[in-house]
Amino acid sequence: MQISQQWVTPIRILLHLLCAGPAIYLLYSTFFGSLGVNPVETLTHQTGIWAIRILLISLAITPLRQLLSLPKLVLYRRLIGLWAFFYALAHFIIYLTFDLSFSFSRVLEDVIQRPYITAGFTALVLLVPLAVTSTNGWQRRLKRNWSKLHKIVYVVGIAAVLHFVWLRKGFQIEPLVYAAILAILFSVRAWNSLKK
Amino acid sequence: MLIKTKKSWELSENEVTSEALFNRRRDFMKLSGAALALGYMPATAWAVLEQFTQQIADAPNTRTLDEKLNSFEDITSYNNFYELGTAKGDPIRNADALQTDPWSIEVGGECDNPGTYAIEDLIDFNALEERIYRMRCVEAWSMVIPWVGVSLSTMLNKMAPNSNAKYVAFETIYDRDRPLPGQRSRALDWPYREGLRIDEAMHPLTMMAVGIYGKPLPNQSGAPLRLVVPWKYGFKGIKSITKINFTETQPQTSWNMSAPREYGFYSNVNPEVNHPRWSQANERRIGEFFRRDTLMFNGYAEEVASMYDGMDLSTNY
Repeated sequence: MQISQQWVTPIRILLHLLCAGPAIYLLYSTFFGSLGVNPVETLTHQTGIWAIRILLISLAITPLRQLLSLPKLVLYRRLIGLWAFFYALAHFIIYLTFDLSFSFSRVLEDVIQRPYITAGFTALVLLVPLAVTSTNGWQRRLKRNWSKLHKIVYVVGIAAVLHFVWLRKGFQIEPLVYAAILAILFSVRAWNSLKK
Repeated sequence: MLIKTKKSWELSENEVTSEALFNRRRDFMKLSGAALALGYMPATAWAVLEQFTQQIADAPNTRTLDEKLNSFEDITSYNNFYELGTAKGDPIRNADALQTDPWSIEVGGECDNPGTYAIEDLIDFNALEERIYRMRCVEAWSMVIPWVGVSLSTMLNKMAPNSNAKYVAFETIYDRDRPLPGQRSRALDWPYREGLRIDEAMHPLTMMAVGIYGKPLPNQSGAPLRLVVPWKYGFKGIKSITKINFTETQPQTSWNMSAPREYGFYSNVNPEVNHPRWSQANERRIGEFFRRDTLMFNGYAEEVASMYDGMDLSTNY
């Protein structure tokens, strides 16, 4: 099976729309005041959870290419990865604005003292070079080092999921589901590279 | 001034039968059918607090606060009540799963009057007061709530604690065979347990609440009776209480059992002692966007700080 050339662009547009969906919905809800009792919390949680979901989808592209014999899926990996970065950045900006009132010294305090923020901040910071070098130009310039550099995304995945697991109170299933998905994606990769 | 405002909308509300009450009547019809078949009738017709609606509405205000009140809707739709689910919107969604009628409270331990009590045996519904308190959640958000209830001491005195009663332990409803929706998951070790030192329990600020905004407590807020300890983090305010036990040693408390490094027995609001995972220096008041400073003992230091004289609050968190 293969994605025919005429579908490449429509699928790209569709994926952009799907990834933009949560952001549009949140903007709409902000505008119409339907974010619930604690709007800042809703914005923080929703941007965070969508960053993780989209990041996991971007991590699923390579295993899916092999599983479904759809090499062209790689055409959409950058797009999805950049949307994950978009939500992670929005998540951080909301936290910086409403939780810390733009105090960078408090960011530092949080990053040093609170492991779940250390993990989340690590994930965000490591996404920056990946986003910057995601262009065709950088891909050419870095040659084989490009894919080495972009292996950092595995660390991002682990850090992001740890951030989620560590911030919940009590024993809760939801963050562990994301941890399990990440573990499955990693196992598929490990299995595939062993086969080679 | 505040009482008048309350009464004006109270009247219009009372003229309407709420959907929830309507449904409860239907449940009652079903239940009474079953009860007749089994050969007995429940003592009261519907939710146990409904019979005290008038007393709850008439409770005079005895404590005000110069801060904006949160709305009834905010207070009763954004809740931590893990028995009904861990998300803030779960408790109101699953509220009907909690049956408050019949309700009894089992009293035991170091006291002269142990036994099983009905709610009206413990709470004098003609002595209800409305008090406006801040409520500071350990998750660093807060609200201002007009509670209706009595001083816990008036209730405990009826149980006649003896001189060995150094602590009071409370438990939330838990039926292993008929768990509430949230009790099917292992979020916490059920039943939910809380406790106070006896002087904290007898402190005049400590309240047993049966209402909010002059209305009976809705299920998601811990009907039919829940603890309110305004200088402590919200989770100390145990909901839907079925057991009260006087003990000589410090009782186990649920969050402390779950994560002892994060939640201590005292759990006094303290901006200087951070939760290991987040700062307690400030909080988001529901309805505001930016954070405000958290007050020592949630602003009740003048009244309660002396109870902790000589204690290291960073180890006794």
